[in-house]
Amino acid sequence: MNTKHSINDLELIANDIRENIIRMLEHAGSGHSAGPLGLADIFTALYFDILKHDPKNPSWNDRDILLLSNGHCVPVRYAAMAKAGYFPEKELMTLRKYGSRLQGHPERQRLPGMENTSGPLGCGLSQAAGMALAMRMDKITHRWIYVVMGDGEQDEGNVWEAAMLCNKYKLSNIIAITDRNNIQIDGNTESVMPLENLKSKWESFGWHVIEVNGNDIEAFIDACAMARAITEKPIMIIAHTIPGKGVDFMEYDYTWHGKPPNHEQEIKALKELRTLAGKIRSEAHD
Amino acid sequence: MTKILDISKELVMEPIRKGFGKGLLEAGTMDANVVAACADLTDSTQISLFKDAFPDRFIEIGVAEQNLVTVGSGLAAMGKIPFVSSYAAFSPGRNWEQIRTTICLNNQPVKIVGSHAGVSVGPDGATHQMLEDIALMRVLPNMVVIAPCDSVEAEKATIAMAKHKQPNYLRLAREATPVITSKETPFEIGKAQVFAEGNDVTIISTGTMTYQALMSAHELKKHNISAEVVHVATIKPLDEDTILKSVKKTGFVITAEEGQIAGGLGGAISELLGEKLPTPIRRIGMQDRFGESGEMNELFEHFGLTSKQITLSAILLKDSMGGGK
Repeated sequence: MNTKHSINDLELIANDIRENIIRMLEHAGSGHSAGPLGLADIFTALYFDILKHDPKNPSWNDRDILLLSNGHCVPVRYAAMAKAGYFPEKELMTLRKYGSRLQGHPERQRLPGMENTSGPLGCGLSQAAGMALAMRMDKITHRWIYVVMGDGEQDEGNVWEAAMLCNKYKLSNIIAITDRNNIQIDGNTESVMPLENLKSKWESFGWHVIEVNGNDIEAFIDACAMARAITEKPIMIIAHTIPGKGVDFMEYDYTWHGKPPNHEQEIKALKELRTLAGKIRSEAHD
Repeated sequence: MTKILDISKELVMEPIRKGFGKGLLEAGTMDANVVAACADLTDSTQISLFKDAFPDRFIEIGVAEQNLVTVGSGLAAMGKIPFVSSYAAFSPGRNWEQIRTTICLNNQPVKIVGSHAGVSVGPDGATHQMLEDIALMRVLPNMVVIAPCDSVEAEKATIAMAKHKQPNYLRLAREATPVITSKETPFEIGKAQVFAEGNDVTIISTGTMTYQALMSAHELKKHNISAEVVHVATIKPLDEDTILKSVKKTGFVITAEEGQIAGGLGGAISELLGEKLPTPIRRIGMQDRFGESGEMNELFEHFGLTSKQITLSAILLKDSMGGGK
């Protein structure tokens, strides 16, 4: 169960998660950098404040469910899960290696606490809908389903099929979170396939939409609290994040979507993140 | 040999999909975790019986087959046993990747029901005549593939699927076809059944073609060929023992199915025999082509999906090999 952390503590946890993402990816030699770094604050907020969960009992019947729809961002989830105590942090270095539970893209059957298998995009929201409908049949009302989705992922038609179904059945225990970092593999989302106006798209599909700075932990926690108060519609939180957040040479650069840092870049990135940690600590003492 | 009805007598005609509708209702009555979802084809896939009995356990997805199976994955993750149905051309025709990633890779007990498979759909034409579904589903790890021969067997298969812990694909046909099994005919997932005994050739058939195979065995008697008919309702996993035992005895094989022979039952049997018991074989089914509009019997005739064609192939095969072992 969660013990409440201060925002400053959470920022430090997010920074640790970023450091681990850099280490894991360099060690793996492949994988996606920008998305996981951008999502570190959201995953920190989820695992250390928002979710009702128990790392020692991952299949706890009353837990909230977190689905990761854009599976390529899984390094951030692994790093957050390790930090939360699901498995030892040293296991993070097995990412993408033979025999590892930390597959390149997440697999539900490999790792306790991993709620869904993803990688091929556009499926998470449909699975959330299935889970929410099952909960409704079983008259379960005290569990939330959070679904983290990419923005580029929303090119997939499957997403909008799910959006319609969630609206039809008013699945208000689903809180979807779009990581609006504006990048995908081939470039910026608006040049690859324009998504705007994303907010009005979701609203016109019958969703309640909240926009938030996804790199502001406090604001994101508040947005989720607000989302839980909406009972008549499914909720989409469009979380604006900076791709590559925390590592200056990766920020905003779509070319970091699908590649890992090399050793030199790792050293440079970790140095930056350590400086950032120092800054967060000194802010706490101000 | 498994006891079936006497096919020389007049048989009741019923669409195979009707048996599914009845079976699902029964499975739903036995187990409250059985739920159903459909993609805007509730009546024609016969899921409506279940829907009327258990409206709270039925989900109408709309014309969205990718969503259909992926919602199924979510339902299964919460302990439900979802039956998700559409026409086979659309599910698994359109949503294969979702089935692969969200159902098979997780080994979840989602039951995919593809109705209106084969050319027997008739007038709807090639777009709706699903011929590749057996091949598509057979290559997926964890997936079990079932094609019942009649409505009575479909009912039993559906009840068995509800108790089965893995992903299953159930292949159904639209038009009324002869009921050749009875309530007493046993059914078990993974078990092939000898419906007619013989010594000279083994006809291995599935789905609607099992009736044609039985007719052919009857015709072959006139040509002094004694044919054994092995009905393979479960195409995956194959009942290797039953098939190999028969083929060892006869030394010749004809396969018969209402779908593409490449990757279908014909493909599966060729793989098995190629590795374990190389045997002369001819495959009856769709020969790398699409269907077209027409009545079921016209199309069966046109594409050679008939007892006559099976009989001819058996005679030619035996002749070409010098008449026997």
